[in-house]
Amino acid sequence: MNIVTADPKGVDAGPHFMDGDHAIAEGALAAGCRFFAGYPITPSTETAERFAERAPEVGALFIQMEDEIASIAALIGGAWGGQKVMTVTSGPGFSLMMENIGLAVMTETPMVIANVQRGGPSTGLPTLTAQQDMLQVRFGSHGDYNIIALSPDSPQECFDLTIEAFNLSEFYRVPVFIMTDETVGHMHEKVVIPPADQIKVVERNLYKGPKEDFRPYGFDSQGGHPMTRAGDGYRFHITGLTHNERGYPVMTPEQNQIVLTHLIEKINGNADKIIRLEEDQVEGAEVVVLSYGITSRIAVRAVQEARKKGLKVGSLRLITVWPFCEQRIRDLSQKVKAIVVPEINYGQMVREVERSAAGRCQVVSVNHCGGAVHDPLVILKAIEEACR
Amino acid sequence: MSTTEIRFSGFGGQGIIRCALITGKALSLYDNKFATMTQSFGPEARGSACSAQVVVSDERVLYPYITRPGVLMALSQEAYDKYWGELPDGGILITDEDLVKMGSDHPNLAVRRVPATRFAESLGNRLFTNLVALGFFTAVTGVATADAMKKALPGLVPGRFLKINIKAFEKGYEHGVQCMAGSAP
Amino acid sequence: MNDNTEIKNPLAGVLRTERMPHIWCPGCGIGSVVTCFAEATKRSNIDPDKLAVVSGIGCSGRMAGYVNFDSIHSTHGRAIPVATGLKLANPKLKVVVFSGDGDLTGIGGNHFIHAARRNMDLVVICVNNFTYGMTGGQVTPTTPSSANASTTPYGNYEYPFSLPFLADAAGATYVARWTSLHSRNITQSIEEALQRRGFSFIEVITPCTTLYLRRNRLGDGVDTLQYYQNNAVIKHGIDTRETAIGFQGQIVVGKFVDRPKPDYLESATRCNVKFIGDDYQLYGKTEPEKQAEEEAKKAASGGESAV
Repeated sequence: MNIVTADPKGVDAGPHFMDGDHAIAEGALAAGCRFFAGYPITPSTETAERFAERAPEVGALFIQMEDEIASIAALIGGAWGGQKVMTVTSGPGFSLMMENIGLAVMTETPMVIANVQRGGPSTGLPTLTAQQDMLQVRFGSHGDYNIIALSPDSPQECFDLTIEAFNLSEFYRVPVFIMTDETVGHMHEKVVIPPADQIKVVERNLYKGPKEDFRPYGFDSQGGHPMTRAGDGYRFHITGLTHNERGYPVMTPEQNQIVLTHLIEKINGNADKIIRLEEDQVEGAEVVVLSYGITSRIAVRAVQEARKKGLKVGSLRLITVWPFCEQRIRDLSQKVKAIVVPEINYGQMVREVERSAAGRCQVVSVNHCGGAVHDPLVILKAIEEACR
Repeated sequence: MSTTEIRFSGFGGQGIIRCALITGKALSLYDNKFATMTQSFGPEARGSACSAQVVVSDERVLYPYITRPGVLMALSQEAYDKYWGELPDGGILITDEDLVKMGSDHPNLAVRRVPATRFAESLGNRLFTNLVALGFFTAVTGVATADAMKKALPGLVPGRFLKINIKAFEKGYEHGVQCMAGSAP
Repeated sequence: MNDNTEIKNPLAGVLRTERMPHIWCPGCGIGSVVTCFAEATKRSNIDPDKLAVVSGIGCSGRMAGYVNFDSIHSTHGRAIPVATGLKLANPKLKVVVFSGDGDLTGIGGNHFIHAARRNMDLVVICVNNFTYGMTGGQVTPTTPSSANASTTPYGNYEYPFSLPFLADAAGATYVARWTSLHSRNITQSIEEALQRRGFSFIEVITPCTTLYLRRNRLGDGVDTLQYYQNNAVIKHGIDTRETAIGFQGQIVVGKFVDRPKPDYLESATRCNVKFIGDDYQLYGKTEPEKQAEEEAKKAASGGESAV
C-alpha cells in the first residue's frame, strides 16, 4: 500500500464548527479527492456546495451533472481519468445511482459515495433523518457483489471516515459508502482537521511495468491490484460485461465465477482488516446494544441510564457497517443474553445480527420509521426487558 | 455533568441560525465545552418561523436535540407564542421588548427583555438585531464568555461588518450586565 | 485466426486485432464508420495515447472494445457522462463517444442534450440505424414514422427525433450528418471534430440488414446503399430544422453547424482565473510533488557547480 501524507493544498487544518455534510467535503479534499460530480438533493447538498466553493483554490473540479445517473457515471470516467472522485446524495438519488454502482463494482473503480439518509420510501421525508438505506447500499444494484460502507456518528467522524473511505476504496478498488443521516449531516459540532502531515492517505497504485504485461485486473481475491489512467499509454479496456484480466469480454459461467468470487472475496476475505467497531463494556455484559450512526449516540444515553440502574449493559457501535462483523456477533451471541438493535428503519441491520447470532441469544429490534431519532427511554425499556 | 439546552427563535432573515452558530462555535472552540447545534430544515424552516438549537455540556453531547430548554430566545411574536410553553420553571426567557407582547408576566420564568431592534437601528441597521440580542444573551445567561463569543464572529459575519457587529454585541452585552445588576433603564 | 498470416490489416495499429472477428452482422454499417474513424485518427496526427473512446450498450457500443485506445464500454445510455468524467479528470485527452441512436438519444437523451448545452469537449459519433439491434429490432427515437419494428409491429406511429436539429438546438458547436455511403465525408468530419474543441456531433445513417431492412422488406445492404445514393442530398449549412427523415425519404446530409464557442473547461478556467488569479491551475502538482521537483532541481544544480 502506497501511504503518503496528505497534500496540504486540500487540508483546511485547524478547529472548525462545522456540520457533517461540510466535514465530508473537507475529508474528501484532505484525502486528495479532486473531482466531484453531483446533483443537489436534501439533505446532502451542503457537501456539494462546500466542494464547489473550495474547488478552485484547491485546483479541484466540481461539476453539477444533469442527474444522479450522470453523476456516478462521471465518477467512473473521472477515476479512470486518474483522479480520486466522489459524489454525495440521499435516498431518491441513491436509487438512481444503483445502475452504475454496479458498473463501478464490476470495473473495480475506486470512488466514494456518501448517502445522507432521509426518510423514505420515495420522496418520503426529505428534510428528516433516517437509516433506511442500509440494505440498499449492500444489495441495491443487480447481481451479486460486495462493497464497503462506513457510518459516522458525528461531524468529526464524517471528516475522519471520508478519508478512511478513500483509503479503503483506493486499495480494494471498490466503491466505498459513507452511510450517514440527516441528523449528523446537518448537525454542527467541533471538527478538528489535523495538519496535512498527520493525515495518512493511500495513493492510487498506478501500474508502471511494460505495456504488454499490463492487466487492469487480477482475480486473486485481494486488494492492491494496480490500475492505470487514460493517457498513460497502456490502452486499457474496461467493460461492464464479464471479462478476463485483460478487461476483454468473456461471457461464460466459468469466467463469471472467477470474477464474482474475486469481487466478493476481496472484501469478505479481508473483513477483519476492514472492520472497525467501537466497544464499551461489552465483556461481561448481560445485554449488548448494537447500533451505528446517530442512533449509537442515543443508544449510549440509554445504556448510561441502564447502568445507573445497575444493569450490565455493553455498547457496540458499528463504524464499518459493511462488511458486517459476523464473527464478532457469533462470539458475542454465546456470551450474552440479548443483543438490542435500535435503528431508524423497520429493522434492517438487525437481520444480519439475527443471522450471525443464529438463535444463540435473543435479538431485539428497536425499530423506528424515521423522521426523528429514538427516544432514549424506548431503548432503555428494551434493555430492561432484555435483562429480565 | 451540566447540560444546557438553548433555543434561538424568531422570523427568517433575523439571523437566528447565525446566533446559534456563533454560540456553538464560541463554546466548542473557545470555551472548552461540548456544543451541538441543530436547526429545522425544509419548507417549514423557510418563511416566517425560524428556530435553531444548541445543546451545551461539559461532556460529549449524546442526544443532539432539545428536550428541556433552559434558555429560550424569542425575537418574534410567533416564536414566543410557539415556544415559551416548553420552558420549565426557572427557565430563562429572552425577548425583544418591542417585537414581543407577552401574554403573561411568567412569574416562574426568569424573563429578560431587550430592545434589540431599537438598539440595532441606533447603530445604523436593523440587521444587527441578532448581535445585540446575542450580546444580551451572553450577559444574562453566562452560558458562554463574551470573549469567546467575539472570537467566534470572524467567518460567521461578513468581514467588512465585523467591527459594527462587535459593537452591536457589546451594546447588548452591556445592557444585559446592567439588567442583571438591576440598573437597566 | 492464422498467426502466420503475412498480410497486415491496414488498421492494425488502431484496432485490437487480437479481438477480431467482431460481432457485427454482414452488411452492417457500423464497420464502415469504424474504418472511417480509424482513418481519421491516423490523418489527424493525434497522439493515440491521448485518445480515449467511450461507448454505451448496443451493437455500436461494442466499438470501444475493438479500438486500440484507452476505452470504456459503459452502461446503456451513459457513455456521455462517463466520457465527461474522463475528459474533465484528464483534460489532455481527446475523448470520443461512439454510440447508437437508441443508446444516445433514447435512454441517454438527457445526457446528450446536457453535454451539448455545456459544449463539453467531446466527439460524439452516432451510428443511426433506426433500430435497437442488439435486443432484436425495437423502435427507437429516430425510427421514421410508419416504419415497422418489433415493438411497433403495425408501423411506428410516433414522431422521430431529427438528431442534427436536436444537437443544434441543445448547443452543439459542430453538427454533421452523412450516410455510410459517404466514407470520405465521414472521415473528414471526424478528423475535423478531432481537431477542434467543443461538442462535436456526427450522425451516420447506416443499414441494419438483419433487423430493420428485413422487417421493412428493404432488401439488403447493397439496396440500402443504392437508396442512399438516390436520396441523400448534400446541403452544407442548412437550417437543421430541415433535416427530418421520413420513411425511405430524402436524407439531407452535410456539415450543418461549425461555430466556435468556449468549451466547458475553457469557461470554467476563465471563471476560476477571475476568482483565484492567474496562478489558478486545475489539478496541478501536489505540494509534495512540487517539493520533490524543487529538491531534484537543487540537487541537479548543486551537482553542476561541484563539477
